Amino acid sequence: MTLLEVQDLRVTFRTPDGDVQAVRGVTFAVERGRTLGIVGESGSGKSVSTQTLMGLTRGAVVSGSARFEGKDLLALPPDQLRRLRGAEISMIFQDPLTSLHPLYTIGWQIMEMIRIHEPSTSKEQARKRAVEQLALVGIPQPDQRVNDYPHQFSGGMRQRAMIAMALALNPKLIIADEPTTALDATVQAQILDLMARLQKEFDTALIMITHDLGVIADMADDVLVMYAGKPVEHARRRELYYAPHHPYTVGLLESVPSATGDKTRLRPVPGQPPSLLSPPAGCSFHPRCRYVMPQCRVDEPPLPAGQHGSACWLPSDLVGIGPEVAARRQEASRAQRD
Amino acid sequence: MLSVTDVRKYFPIKEGLFIKKEVGRVHAVDGVSLEVRAGETLGIVGESGCGKSTLARCITGLHHVTAGRIEFDGKDIATLDPKAFRRDVQMIFQDPYGSLNPRRRVGSIIADPLKIHRIEGDTRKRVQELMALVGLNPEHYNRFPAEFSGGQRQRIGIARALALNPRLVVCDEPVSALDVSIQAQVINLLTDLQDQLGLTYVFIAHDLSVVRYVSDRVAVMYLGQVVELAVGEDLYKTPRHPYTNALLSAASVADPDLSAKRERIVLMGDVPSPINPPTGCRFHPRCPKARERCVAEMPLLIDSGNGHLTACHFPVQPGEHLTSEHPQIQQQSTEPQL
Repeated sequence: MTLLEVQDLRVTFRTPDGDVQAVRGVTFAVERGRTLGIVGESGSGKSVSTQTLMGLTRGAVVSGSARFEGKDLLALPPDQLRRLRGAEISMIFQDPLTSLHPLYTIGWQIMEMIRIHEPSTSKEQARKRAVEQLALVGIPQPDQRVNDYPHQFSGGMRQRAMIAMALALNPKLIIADEPTTALDATVQAQILDLMARLQKEFDTALIMITHDLGVIADMADDVLVMYAGKPVEHARRRELYYAPHHPYTVGLLESVPSATGDKTRLRPVPGQPPSLLSPPAGCSFHPRCRYVMPQCRVDEPPLPAGQHGSACWLPSDLVGIGPEVAARRQEASRAQRD
Repeated sequence: MLSVTDVRKYFPIKEGLFIKKEVGRVHAVDGVSLEVRAGETLGIVGESGCGKSTLARCITGLHHVTAGRIEFDGKDIATLDPKAFRRDVQMIFQDPYGSLNPRRRVGSIIADPLKIHRIEGDTRKRVQELMALVGLNPEHYNRFPAEFSGGQRQRIGIARALALNPRLVVCDEPVSALDVSIQAQVINLLTDLQDQLGLTYVFIAHDLSVVRYVSDRVAVMYLGQVVELAVGEDLYKTPRHPYTNALLSAASVADPDLSAKRERIVLMGDVPSPINPPTGCRFHPRCPKARERCVAEMPLLIDSGNGHLTACHFPVQPGEHLTSEHPQIQQQSTEPQL
């Protein structure tokens, strides 16, 4: 069942240099209990789109709709949105040191959240629940650590505390924005394990935003690839990795050194992402695309709905990475050109 | 080409208002021995705080070592003329924003080494050659760093490092700050330059697949020490040290099937403080194979055949199954110390 349905979300920031079109029409849906991974490089609009859903992009010009259990998050008055935030939808941020208040204890911060959303809870009850939450995420000696300040926690423990806070009110949806990017490999593995376990236990839906294709490969059920403020491809996880269609997705996958130690030359995507002040006409990826056709410079390809969609003019049966597909792609784009 | 023998670097911790008293030491690098062979790429991996960057700075002479010897071409670098030494050994830094002066033009930044070393000739021509070599447009030599993207700035840093035709280049996390598609561009550039100019690299990174891709031999560091050093494929296919096993199993790979097949060894807790490192083997408090001997005696880095060096009393045998469980014996034996 669909929990959150985002339709044609657009976010523009007015700046002295002009309007920055950070998000240019994003559509996706999150099912109950499933994980949607959103991948993209810096500036692709992946964080801005989810922050907008939570009402965290003040001053931006927003259009589109985001229905969460029937309510449109973008049209909700601020006080109702505030009631939802934390209780029904919660967020885990990249940097736990700046998202925890340095002058309050970890326990105080979890208790505050419980008591604001459930005013009838007594201080003692809230404290007990904070300790339980910390125990749940694997903080040792939670009854003592609940009195610690964020600086007394290590990076991995802070992220655990953030997860404890995010789960405290048993939300239906958690948005995790690069939750493990600041962490080391072994700690990242601990945190991802914990998140997957808790998600199963509480049947929470998860939106996982990251630039790391490895994290997505571990965590996501469905994947959305974003480029220059737009989704370019969406698919089930295995399909995206083994039968990608959009040249940008292919480029991303070919940019990562192989996990099996294959030392064939990497094939990076040439050039750089475009400026969102004046995005290119047609397909926004066309200036960097290997298979660019005349049509791509003029017409913008739509993103088809369904299980696997790719916003690209190349024939839809040209999926996958590998020499045969590459040769057929080239042929197809040549045919188009002639 | 370069040999490092039992190098130690401690940073004093001082306290006191007027009379600064040394109250402790951070054991950043604690007894590292290794050698770098001409023409190879030696990769160094490890998590934050393992001392890999400090070691890099010791090798390039940016830090004076507390104890031990670093020899370049058989001569101790402490006795070498620093200027002559810097001609041969250069460094590329992680942060392409912090390592370039924002108020100076790119041409003059790249020309700096030429000026310092009073190299005669057409400076502008040489700078433009260097810019072309690293894939920048030579006409942009009058621009400021802010006019370039992250990947291009890293190319500027590389051009500056290459200005004096060095023989050894120490790359300290050269691609960590870059987006995936740009990362691949810079990696390809570095490998091309190595082939073209016959460079030797010390390549430091925390991304295991990047290190595997570029390196001939790889050293794994933990808490200031090298725990394992071997030819890349050897190390990745048959890791002998339990820490290397855990680290490799923790790294997420961009391949869902491979990642699902793999069994993760999740380590307990965090990396201990380098101010007061554990006795014996530094890894024993987190090691699934730890026994009493590991608490008492520090293992030496010894060759276990084919130049595969491991510092472990009980190295992992091929086909052995490591669990995430922590042995009980271990915890009892550390208790009296608390």
